[in-house]
Amino acid sequence: MSTLFAASVITFLFTSLLPGDPAVAILGPSGVTQESLTAVRHELSLDRPLPARYITWLGHVVHGDFGHSFALNRSVGSQIKAALPVTAEIIVLALVIALVIAVPLGVVTAWKSESVGDRASSLITFTMLSVPTFVIGVFLILIFAVHLRWLPASGWVALSANPLENLRKAIMPATALALPQIAVFSRLLRGDMLTTLDQDFVAFADSKGLSSRRILLGHALRPSSFSLVTVAGLQIGYLMGGTVVVETIFNVPGIGQLLVNGIYQRDLVTVQGVTLFIAATFVIVNFVVDMLYSVLDPRIRRGNVAATA
Amino acid sequence: MSLRQLDSDPLAPVVETGAPLPPVIEVATGGGGFRRRSARRENVGLGICLAWIGLVVVCAIGARWFPGVKGPNAIDPFNRLKGPTASHLFGTDELGRDIFARVLYGARVSAVVAVVSLAVGLCVGGAIGLVAGYFRGWIEGVIVWATDVLLSFPALVMLIALVAYTGRSLMHISLALGFLAVPVYTRLSRAHALNIAGEEFVLAARAGGARRLRVLRREVLPNVLPSLLAYGLIAMSLTIVVEGTLSFLGLSVSAPTPSWGGLIADGQHYLKEAPMMVILPSLVLCLTVLALNIAGETLRRRYESGGG
Repeated sequence: MSTLFAASVITFLFTSLLPGDPAVAILGPSGVTQESLTAVRHELSLDRPLPARYITWLGHVVHGDFGHSFALNRSVGSQIKAALPVTAEIIVLALVIALVIAVPLGVVTAWKSESVGDRASSLITFTMLSVPTFVIGVFLILIFAVHLRWLPASGWVALSANPLENLRKAIMPATALALPQIAVFSRLLRGDMLTTLDQDFVAFADSKGLSSRRILLGHALRPSSFSLVTVAGLQIGYLMGGTVVVETIFNVPGIGQLLVNGIYQRDLVTVQGVTLFIAATFVIVNFVVDMLYSVLDPRIRRGNVAATA
Repeated sequence: MSLRQLDSDPLAPVVETGAPLPPVIEVATGGGGFRRRSARRENVGLGICLAWIGLVVVCAIGARWFPGVKGPNAIDPFNRLKGPTASHLFGTDELGRDIFARVLYGARVSAVVAVVSLAVGLCVGGAIGLVAGYFRGWIEGVIVWATDVLLSFPALVMLIALVAYTGRSLMHISLALGFLAVPVYTRLSRAHALNIAGEEFVLAARAGGARRLRVLRREVLPNVLPSLLAYGLIAMSLTIVVEGTLSFLGLSVSAPTPSWGGLIADGQHYLKEAPMMVILPSLVLCLTVLALNIAGETLRRRYESGGG
């Protein structure tokens, strides 16, 4: 809660202390006279002291009113509402791609740990973590749009308009977000699996004559996946940052593009609203996942107690 | 939970998310093949990485005196969008500018940003963390709370917002990145200081009559610094990635100053005609980030296993 409050104060200060007068921007260089400037500044409440403006702004935000963008003549709330499904779809798709690849990879590399395949996978995932998202995005375009011509390089079609075309447009941005996550998730799961595989109940299952497949998938995977679930949840916040980059590269009309365009056009109100929206989502997601984690996993809490004792 | 993740993933997006913390506590996990490399191979790897980093630094400083390289903005109008040739090692861009020269000069931006943010993060964050970890008390509570708040922001988004307002000069961007790194160093430095403060030689120094500030300076600081510096290498790689992202979005140093992210963004428009415009700068960027990561990770592990 205190974090959320701090987030709102910092967001407000960032956007309010911007050098350059938004009133001048609205009037345009030719329309600036002393009277019109005063009038517009009054209309925007820019003539009131900072704390008063913060209180007013916060009151509006709490009611879902993120302000009105003069540059676009649209309310920021309606822009966010239009952009959110797009960003949400890309984030969900990215998480699905990442987990579908990372879970088998994590299980197999833990099972065959120290094998050639494990070492190769470890090297590749470590390398993958060093490749920035925007480089991945550009290379995906280079390979799949320019060379192979399988996928469109950019643009967006709504899911409701044409599901297949929507998937074709969404797959590259989602993959660009997913690739580093594969590295994070598979390394995490591999580590937890190794710990689980050392435990007595696994040795018991093995001595009972169960197949490796049943031990891995039926017995070991579930208790090894708690931290994976948590981290996957926490990564939603990180992915919201990543969408800023990906949506710009692939020209996808989501929250990230809203923010970047707002900055290009010096559209103060939009930047303020979107930044707060992303920060709030991030803080709330982290909070919920933290709560869920302690509810989900009493086993690891006990484990920690044992480890520290 | 996250301790394990941190241990195996020092590169988890610390700057971007603030969620995964830096490696604070040594957890003896069975790590990857990377972890189990023999010391000799590790030294060779470390040597190669440091050599590459050194090369990049030398290029950044000496770009002007590099043989055959004119300047980042010198135009060769008869050779536009050409692939690599003997006279233009990395090819040319749409205006006929030499991409190799632009990569060399672009290294300056990355180097300055990395070094300044390291200095800011290390000095400010390191000092605050030492105070919190050694003196404890209410001041530690305040520092930990502030760190948690700052780390709970989506840093990339805040940075984009921040830089849009502070202006896009190299110093502003470096300082903004350094500012964002402060809480990470604070947390790391506090954790190490807590560990060291409990060691017998610290108690012995106190028992010997040394004042607390002297103990902090003579006993605690020298033992915390190596780990912080090793993490600093990893943080530098993150800084370079984030600056690259900003340049790529056109929110970092303005044209015509070359920067790696900006070069890749320019090349994006000519993927069909001149793919090398994107491929070669990307390769240099990724190799530099990878080298910093491997070097930092190797040193971090060495100090943590050797120091305790």
